[in-house]
Amino acid sequence: MAQDSAEQAASSAGSSGDFPPFRQRHLLSIADLQQHEIIDLLDRAERMVPVSRQERKLHPTLAGKTQINLFFEPSTRTQSSFEIAGKRLGALVVNMSVKTSSVSKGETLIDTAATLNAMRPDVLVVRHSAAGAVELLSQKVGCSVVNAGDGAHEHPTQALLDALTIRNHKGRLGGLTVAICGDIANSRVARSNLLLLGALHVRTRVIAPRNLLPAGIEHLATEVFTDMNEGLKGVDVVMMLRLQHERANGKMIPSIREYYRFFGLDAEKLACAKPEAIVMHPGPMNRGVEIDPAIADGPRSVITDQVEMGVAVRMAVLDALLSQGAAA
Amino acid sequence: MRPLLVENARVVDPASGTDARGAVLVESGSISDIALNGPVGVPDGAEVVDAAGHVLSPGLIDMRVFTGEPGKEYRETFQSAGEAAAAGGVTSFVMMPDTVPTVDDGALVDFLIRRAQVTSKVNVLPAAALTKGLAGQELTEFGLLKEAGAVCLTDGRESIQSTALLRAAMSYAANFDMTIVHHLSERGLTGEGVMNEGLFATVLGLKGIPREAETIPLGRDLQLAALTGVKYHAAQISCSASVELVAAAKKRNRMVTAGVSINNLALNENDIGRYRTFFKLSPPLRAEYDRQAVIEGLRNGTIDTIHSDHDPQDAEVKRQPFAEASIGAIGLETLLAAALRLVHSGDVDLLTVLRAMTSRPAEILRLPSGRITRGAPADLILFDPDYPWQVAEHKIRSRSRNTSFEGARLAGKVMRTIVGGKTVHIHTEED
Repeated sequence: MAQDSAEQAASSAGSSGDFPPFRQRHLLSIADLQQHEIIDLLDRAERMVPVSRQERKLHPTLAGKTQINLFFEPSTRTQSSFEIAGKRLGALVVNMSVKTSSVSKGETLIDTAATLNAMRPDVLVVRHSAAGAVELLSQKVGCSVVNAGDGAHEHPTQALLDALTIRNHKGRLGGLTVAICGDIANSRVARSNLLLLGALHVRTRVIAPRNLLPAGIEHLATEVFTDMNEGLKGVDVVMMLRLQHERANGKMIPSIREYYRFFGLDAEKLACAKPEAIVMHPGPMNRGVEIDPAIADGPRSVITDQVEMGVAVRMAVLDALLSQGAAA
Repeated sequence: MRPLLVENARVVDPASGTDARGAVLVESGSISDIALNGPVGVPDGAEVVDAAGHVLSPGLIDMRVFTGEPGKEYRETFQSAGEAAAAGGVTSFVMMPDTVPTVDDGALVDFLIRRAQVTSKVNVLPAAALTKGLAGQELTEFGLLKEAGAVCLTDGRESIQSTALLRAAMSYAANFDMTIVHHLSERGLTGEGVMNEGLFATVLGLKGIPREAETIPLGRDLQLAALTGVKYHAAQISCSASVELVAAAKKRNRMVTAGVSINNLALNENDIGRYRTFFKLSPPLRAEYDRQAVIEGLRNGTIDTIHSDHDPQDAEVKRQPFAEASIGAIGLETLLAAALRLVHSGDVDLLTVLRAMTSRPAEILRLPSGRITRGAPADLILFDPDYPWQVAEHKIRSRSRNTSFEGARLAGKVMRTIVGGKTVHIHTEED
């Protein structure tokens, strides 16, 4: 996009006149969103993309607002993305890594919430290793809360950025078939994506060894496969998930070598998908475990696009929750 | 002690199958006369209570209560548990040995009985640990524990993993005619699970506990019970497959019994909603079809007892993310009213529900109470089965407030509780 048009687009990005007020106070789960709210957030994010591409990356709709990134488990990627998103909107952004401070002194999540609430933030961006922890915290504070990943439950901004990436590459979402592959049982990314894509009537497939498929998954995905070659036939999007190393070596699966052989994405398996299929990964990747390095860095990979869309989506979410007209 | 006559009552006694208008006379702490559909003599100086047609039944015997005392009195004491029990219609409860120290020594059993007599309004019946320190490694002194007054053997919320050790325990317990009450949880399958395995757990992102974590040890236990001839009570079963296993075993072995927590009868996994930790229980709340199967098991006699699984936990450990919160809910005050839901819904008749909380526990534990018969201890309750009320946190008598019936609208209230002939609770409008 030319510099001028980018500036022009950015100048109107997120202005409240273009979008109806966003009625949610928090973003805790894709399951809480209506279809039109998902589309609204994707459209808002689309308008934020030029902000990041222009020279002066500032769209200060949140000037004077305070955003605290509260991460109970480490995450360089998501935390940085939220930090950049907040700063590009002009918010005062404070990063707190709680694991090494108050929690180790015996402070409970509720204590932490009360303490932070007294500092009068406008939004808390929270990651926690326990499912439901972010929602619990949201009940104890007076500001908006964004779920940046809670255990194996949800990671709503990841699903939104994935959807935006797909829409940008395919020009649409409806009518596509998306395959989510790998450790479905322990993946919050998979849950949020299944909910979001399902809400937009996208056909979803999950592909994994049976012991990495959670109970009842057939109610969340359109189709369930345990064979990559079968599952990838004719899909438009291949979304790989990170395999956590502690599940390998005889615990959940026999070995990395075996996992890669049968469930890692290589050229042979990718050939089953449509020729124009794109490859996604929420990162960080285990190259040679769930994905062949040549594919991860190859022409069909949109993984770096996902990272860029991540900032736009997070800007859109923060703006929707905090800018004038939101129901906070 | 003045004689006490309760007249104009609907006398319901599951042990004898009685459900009739009548009066019951209590003298010297025992039931001395029962008059059904006829007049009864009033001794000089007797206190006469007009039951106003309410149900007079044996007091409830709750087979599974965690007290907090000794060691965690901030959660519950004998005194506070006694208040809650009396208000809920429980006249005797079996206290689990998971205390600090563990109840694995005869001297402690003796002490607890004496202490409870002084501080609790109701009868506290200590269960003794099956293994030292509940560690599942070494057997306790069953004979000495029984002599001291322990009513049964159990490791409380712990489940014996070693089949060989459990076999030894069952064989040895049979020498002393002691009932083994066993919680069922195969540790490897339970793993880090925190709720029933299924779609709902998947949606919430919580680790599930499969039903097989219960049915596999249950199947093992039932075979060992047949092998050893012990009196065996499956502490609490929660799923359809367990009901089938117990039903099959009962056809071959009359020494086998089974209990169910009121939580698994009245609630299902959907009650967890959005991570409500008061519904984090062990065994976990299961699917609705499991709940229906357990109700059917109660109705057809496969399930013998209903207990509260009263497990007081303070706010600090419950106000946590679901996976990190402690397990357990209180239940003494709501046991009867929650069980009456089954009666009001038409699922189970009143006699069957009451039998599971009176005469059946008494039979399993060889207690003289739990029935309205001449000479039995006068442990009685008078309750209005239709009295509407709502569970309110500020009215809870337990020291901990972790009730899974918080805010629930219930029908059925205890008007008077009598323990050993003495009235220990009378309902007031403030209740």
